[in-house]
Amino acid sequence: MGAGRTVLVTGVSRDLGRTLARALATDPGIDRVIGVDVIPPRGDLGDVTFVRADIRNPVIAKVIAKEDVDTVVHMSVIATPGSAGARGTMKELNVIGTMQLLAACQKAEGLRTLVVKSSTTAYGASSRDPAMFTEDMEPRRPARTGYAKDVVEVEQYVRGFARRRPDVRVTLLRCANVIGPRVASPLASYFRLPVIPTVLGFDPRLQFLHETDLYRVLRHAVREDRGGTFNVAGDGLLMLSQALRRAGRPNVPVPGFAFGSLGSALKSVRRADLSPELVAFLTYGRGVDTTRMRSELGFEPQYTTSSAFAEFAASLPPGARRTERVLGSLAERLPAVDDDRPAQLTLAGGTDG
Amino acid sequence: MADAEIIPIGTRGQPGRGTGKRPSAAARGLAPKSATPRKAAPAKKPATPTPDGAPVEERPVVDDTPVIEIPSLLDTPADVPPTTSSTAPAARTEERGSSPLAGIPAGDWLSAFQHASKELFGDQWEPQLARFLAFLRRRLTGDYTVDEYGFDAEVTERFFMAALRPVAQKWFRIEVRGIDNIPAEGGALVVSNHSGTVPVDGLMTMVSIHDHTGRFLRPLGADLVFRLPLVGSVARKGGATLACSEDAERMLRGGELVGVWPEGFKGIGKPFSERYKLQRFGRGGFVAAALRTGVPIVPLSVVGAEEIYPLVGNIPSLARLLGVPYIPITPLFPLLGPLGLVPLPSKWLLEFGEPIRTDEYDAGAADDPMLVFNVTDQVRETIQQTLYSLLMQRESVFR
Repeated sequence: MGAGRTVLVTGVSRDLGRTLARALATDPGIDRVIGVDVIPPRGDLGDVTFVRADIRNPVIAKVIAKEDVDTVVHMSVIATPGSAGARGTMKELNVIGTMQLLAACQKAEGLRTLVVKSSTTAYGASSRDPAMFTEDMEPRRPARTGYAKDVVEVEQYVRGFARRRPDVRVTLLRCANVIGPRVASPLASYFRLPVIPTVLGFDPRLQFLHETDLYRVLRHAVREDRGGTFNVAGDGLLMLSQALRRAGRPNVPVPGFAFGSLGSALKSVRRADLSPELVAFLTYGRGVDTTRMRSELGFEPQYTTSSAFAEFAASLPPGARRTERVLGSLAERLPAVDDDRPAQLTLAGGTDG
Repeated sequence: MADAEIIPIGTRGQPGRGTGKRPSAAARGLAPKSATPRKAAPAKKPATPTPDGAPVEERPVVDDTPVIEIPSLLDTPADVPPTTSSTAPAARTEERGSSPLAGIPAGDWLSAFQHASKELFGDQWEPQLARFLAFLRRRLTGDYTVDEYGFDAEVTERFFMAALRPVAQKWFRIEVRGIDNIPAEGGALVVSNHSGTVPVDGLMTMVSIHDHTGRFLRPLGADLVFRLPLVGSVARKGGATLACSEDAERMLRGGELVGVWPEGFKGIGKPFSERYKLQRFGRGGFVAAALRTGVPIVPLSVVGAEEIYPLVGNIPSLARLLGVPYIPITPLFPLLGPLGLVPLPSKWLLEFGEPIRTDEYDAGAADDPMLVFNVTDQVRETIQQTLYSLLMQRESVFR
């Protein structure tokens, strides 16, 4: 095979992993792509070789050794217990799976690159958070349950692996909430509710990453070999109230103490999963600084937070927007005026340094 | 009994329950026993509000007056067809259709609207109104930008500042001195004394600085501010962020004008007897932030805020229960109920002192605790001395 590379992608049964694996397979610099998962992928895998293996099982080490893998892309840290079953299964997949995978990677002599998709959930969300998290900040309130805790633990194992195998370039990508017309995530299903509950008196800041940009950044990380931890998010921020107005969605404010029980009610009817970390996020919001994504990783997202959300919102059924129509018809009768917005400060984002 | 026309009350002429053929037992029981129904006979139309908000008055059947009252707000034109009732009211309901406003021509609506607009916006009402509508539409569709701290410049300028300005100018009659000490551009750190039980002084400083220099002061608030519902989201929209070194340095590097009140709750929650005595200035974190970013520190002394809510007592046990630093008791507050929340109209003086430069120190200065303490003391002394001299100049609390 020579100069070509062999990439192993975990978690290909889900759309995200499958699409990435297919995209990598078309890359001229990559010879072979091996997809690994417990269950077969739903869609077409293209040129990707699928190996049915469980990353919680030492068999994965044999796959890595036999196929002479030099790059591992770990994609199977999942946010929703829904697809995997109960929370216990989800934790086992996330934490034990990562442990086993990293143990296998440590034994693999030929391994050169490890790319792990993590999440900005690792920073948590609380009233004591700084406005923008940089990569070396810790969460102010360490997560005790759920996906957030899994993410923190996975990152710990990855850091431990990086210490033990200094010859492997480890890229840890902390991605902001991924959104897009085809994305199924707790936040996306929250926005797809017919009437969206918000926490009364709180207006969180949100940051989104478009799904296309997620694939792009993962491919970029595989190709470019820049080690380190990077926040990945679209430029700018949206307030939740602003996002709901842009989408034209009706919303109802719910007091904070009732929000959690509403979440479990929604979960029991399988409409949305308002987990504790999502409730915290929808209360306090979060922003991450993406200076290092540009300067060190050399990645530029195509979508800003607002354009990513706009594309997602276009896939939702349109809202009524009655007041807006009335105002619009009224404004048409009046002479056109120039826009008199106040001189806007710098566009929000992590560009200043 | 059987051939009496019984239309049950409150069913819009439709029997409410059951098959729709016969009125329910409850409705039959309610209906009058006599064969000639009295006033209850016509189906009650749901009270549809006329444009001025008043529901249509119910008229006796024999009355000849029009059913729709043209609102007095409009000049009643002659071409409105007089809707006098000569037939049974039930029939007229059918004729009129669903909208009670159908009788008013669109032209009248427009002229009334034009009158109102002229009253509100003056002769140049068209562009004025168009601008206002454009603003409303932007807000409704979310077509505005917030910066990374959640600061919404548009709503701050048009709404918060506009609401606070009369309070600053008419109620507290704020007098600003030394405004030139605030740099016209670039980062700077305004350090102020804190007083007044409720942080009104911060709001007044924000509006005064904005009115005199056109710059937005970005306050740093305690984490309690961001934990409280409504307060936290309004604070972020108004430009505040958490008082932590990361945010302070980020804002100062971004060239913002940042305001800090290093006394914190010790300052606003101190008893009235200790007024104008500066409390400890935190741990000097604000000085370290200024040293790291090399921005000037502008000391600000506020006189007048101490007297707005004279704090004479505290309920520490209740405060602990609620998780707040103190529950204030002022001479008026729990006594007069909500009226006690009106601040006393003291006269305010704001004096900005000479900026203290921090760009002359070398790179490691922020990590030298002795230097940080010295600069902190220097700022604190400057503010305290200015406070004393301002108090000497003030004629009385309220003038």
